[in-house]
Amino acid sequence: MSMAKATDFEQARALGLNESEWQVILDRLGRRPNETELGIFSVMWSEHCSYKSSRRHLRKLPTTGECVICGPGENAGVIDIGGGLACIFKMESHNHPSYIEPYQGAATGVGGIMRDVFTMGARPVALLNALRFGSPDHPKTRTLVSGVVAGIGGYGNCVGVPTVGGETNFHAGYNGNILVNAMCVGIAKKDSIFYSAAKGAGNPVLYVGAKTGRDGIHGATMASAEFDDQTEAKRPTVQVGDPFTEKRLIEACLELMQTSCIVAIQDMGAAGLTSSSVEMADKGGVGIDLNLDHVPQRETHMTPVEMMLSESQERMLIVLRQGKESIAEEIFKRWELDVALIGKTTDTGRMVLHHKGHTVCDIPIGPLGDDAPNYDRPWQAPAPLKKIDAQDVPNRDPAQALLILMHSPDMASKRWIWEQYDRHVMADTIKASGGAADAAVVRVHGTDKALAISSDCTPRYVTADPFEGGKQAVVECWRNIIATGAKPMAVTDCLNFGNPERPDIMGQFVRAIDGMAEACTVLNFPVVSGNVSLYNETAGSAIPPTPAIGGVGLMDDVTRAMGFGAAKAGDALVLLGQSAGWLGASLYLREIECREDGAPPPVNLAQERRIGLFVLDGITAGQFTAVHDLSDGGLACAAADLALASRCGLNILASKTLPNAGWFFGEDQGRYLLAVSANQLPGVLTQAQAAGVDAAHIGTIQGTDITLGNTSLGLDLLRRSYESWLPDMMEDA
Amino acid sequence: MNAAVIVFPGSNCDRDAVCALRDHTAQKVYRVWHRETALPRVDLVVLPGGFSYGDYLRSGAIAARSPIMASIKAHADRGGLVVGICNGFQVLTEAHLLPGALMRNAGLKFLCKSAKLRVENTQTAFTRAYADQAQTDIPIAHHDGNYCADEDTLKRLEDEGQITFRYLDNPNGSAHDIAGITNRAGNVLGMMPHPERAIDPLTGETGGLGFFRSLAGALT
Repeated sequence: MSMAKATDFEQARALGLNESEWQVILDRLGRRPNETELGIFSVMWSEHCSYKSSRRHLRKLPTTGECVICGPGENAGVIDIGGGLACIFKMESHNHPSYIEPYQGAATGVGGIMRDVFTMGARPVALLNALRFGSPDHPKTRTLVSGVVAGIGGYGNCVGVPTVGGETNFHAGYNGNILVNAMCVGIAKKDSIFYSAAKGAGNPVLYVGAKTGRDGIHGATMASAEFDDQTEAKRPTVQVGDPFTEKRLIEACLELMQTSCIVAIQDMGAAGLTSSSVEMADKGGVGIDLNLDHVPQRETHMTPVEMMLSESQERMLIVLRQGKESIAEEIFKRWELDVALIGKTTDTGRMVLHHKGHTVCDIPIGPLGDDAPNYDRPWQAPAPLKKIDAQDVPNRDPAQALLILMHSPDMASKRWIWEQYDRHVMADTIKASGGAADAAVVRVHGTDKALAISSDCTPRYVTADPFEGGKQAVVECWRNIIATGAKPMAVTDCLNFGNPERPDIMGQFVRAIDGMAEACTVLNFPVVSGNVSLYNETAGSAIPPTPAIGGVGLMDDVTRAMGFGAAKAGDALVLLGQSAGWLGASLYLREIECREDGAPPPVNLAQERRIGLFVLDGITAGQFTAVHDLSDGGLACAAADLALASRCGLNILASKTLPNAGWFFGEDQGRYLLAVSANQLPGVLTQAQAAGVDAAHIGTIQGTDITLGNTSLGLDLLRRSYESWLPDMMEDA
Repeated sequence: MNAAVIVFPGSNCDRDAVCALRDHTAQKVYRVWHRETALPRVDLVVLPGGFSYGDYLRSGAIAARSPIMASIKAHADRGGLVVGICNGFQVLTEAHLLPGALMRNAGLKFLCKSAKLRVENTQTAFTRAYADQAQTDIPIAHHDGNYCADEDTLKRLEDEGQITFRYLDNPNGSAHDIAGITNRAGNVLGMMPHPERAIDPLTGETGGLGFFRSLAGALT
């Protein structure tokens, strides 16, 4: 047996294991683990890899549906998009690394999520990112924004996958812990999807890609703990990205996938060689025998535990069919990538590692997965907040309020960001950031179909009421996809929360999932993949709960893709949905009244669904010239987006029943703003009535001003204000 | 007529170039791996955009020393047409098939946006389908597009009509607002904007159609 010394509980605790987890290890091994074995248990049982706090709650999410080929549990989710093709997608967080080292943290987040997608046989075709930064005034924010954006661009641009969309928020709640969530969408042939189960003993295990170094060791453990004032010291745990190697890895893997050589394939992501080999063996019901001397190494004198825990980037582990080694080696060598046979699958059910003539690890694989902790953490539902009556909010000039809102951090143009991303490479981008549409639209290469993709969350709603906020994140994503004319298909999620050992945080998590589950079920919008990021706290202060939803929709005729940039003078403005002037937790309240209180707008799922399907039918029938969903900033901000993008003014009448603040800026859910030509208007209103959808003709596209009730604002002034906020913050300060 | 698109490790606009050429320019489009030493029988060679070798050294510097480059030089010397787009332009300057160099953008950031261009010389194989002094919109997407050359070279480029495309609103600090140039003989062109991304109204602009149609005319 192992020559290495046995460890003790103090060492286990330093790696994040608690006493009961340590006892399980002793029990399953019948002895104390050595350093390598302990390292393997500690990362496999980290929050990041084992989902020990979240697993039982994630089960509530619907994961099946007509279009679902593969739900959660693999590297990414797979849905059927017809024509023999599948769409493979996932979203993942890289929060902690991006805070410590923004460029590399964000870059490797993009690289990691792309590997999850091409591992399954898909060519990545679109990237999105959901970013949450601290207050614009915080001394670190500018550095973090510029580093993260450069990192995302530096990686995606080089690999040659367009970055087509995303969202960016600023809030003091993220001052000590930013969120960087990256989403990747790929296209594969439906009959050529690759999974991670390494079935069959005696098959060779191939290591390909970059060499293994000491970077990222204990990254998964870092992602499973809070930050404190020692974060600077964690810089060495951030990995370094190499997009050029990633690009070659994509091409080489996709080439190998056209042969019949692969039994199973998995990227080395969090917990590197450990999790990839354990998961492949566990799912395949086999053992695995690796000789660490054969692992390509970038540094000298690496110990077994360092090799097993390294999170060096751009590496893949492949189990081949016997006898296919030379075919695989030829392909990877042609792409100038390291390739090495490092072991084989066995029928022992054990993970056995050899190093310099010694056996340095010999443990059963089953317990690593089966006995992984699964906690039912105590949680406490947050107290409901008071509804805010719009009548109690002071009366102000709506045009001036609009000017302030459109210049506010969350609303202002993010051009400074997305101009640093290649949005057009691959030549299939129909709508991207800045493209005047609610979701990105990417054509499926060589077809008339397109995917609509959106990432959404409104953290201030989730903070105020995790259940309604969880629902809202899902419906907003659904709405954004509908507004482009695509049928919503399925979602991935990236659940960013604080420390789950605190009952109030666990309460946010549990209730947000309850809300998401209800919305996904009613809308038939299953969750096919996802990621949980907990411990997003610094010095005891948690981030606003942020369950980001990444949705994918499908349209059959890309020429019908809808946006809000083509409204014409003379078009009628039609508002769909009910308006109650809901100002609780609204952007208006926060930016204009400096208040962050009140219950968030409730989501009526049945109504949401009815209105959404009505909009989709209307777009398919060509009845609208522009469609925009209502979200942050309500009617006035949606109208402003539409006017700026369409380059024409508009006029919206005041409400007869609601005060201006509630009518123009209320954030009632389930609403869309349409531009409809005069000759289509009567038909649209009649059909809406027949469908049980509230539709009101509230204004007209006209002139060069935005007129709200009896106040006006020039479009040029609004545009300057909208465009200037972020460049001013980033460059002139 | 036939065309070849060279694929370096790290090229990422090779497929886009192949599609554009196939749809608008050539009968047969070959993809040629950078390690080849001979070209197929072609009239046009395209060096596509991307990040050859990651651009970890100077952009295009390593690709310019690829095995295939000798036969591309020979093709150019025979009067064959050569186009370098974006990274391809960088490779052509590094290979000394075109003068000057592409430096980091003046703003130091990667920039992906539409660029308004003036077609300065319509007497080339690459621009005949544009009207003289025509303005056209073709997107840029680069980090290193800031064209630099010494004063003598710039004067020669101006005097000999080698400046093919000029930015109307210089996005990257290029000398003389240069977006694209040819060699003296007029058979080798380098340009930073991506015409292959501007040929389909669904994806946005169509300012690149004139480019591919000019080539189609030159090849027949």
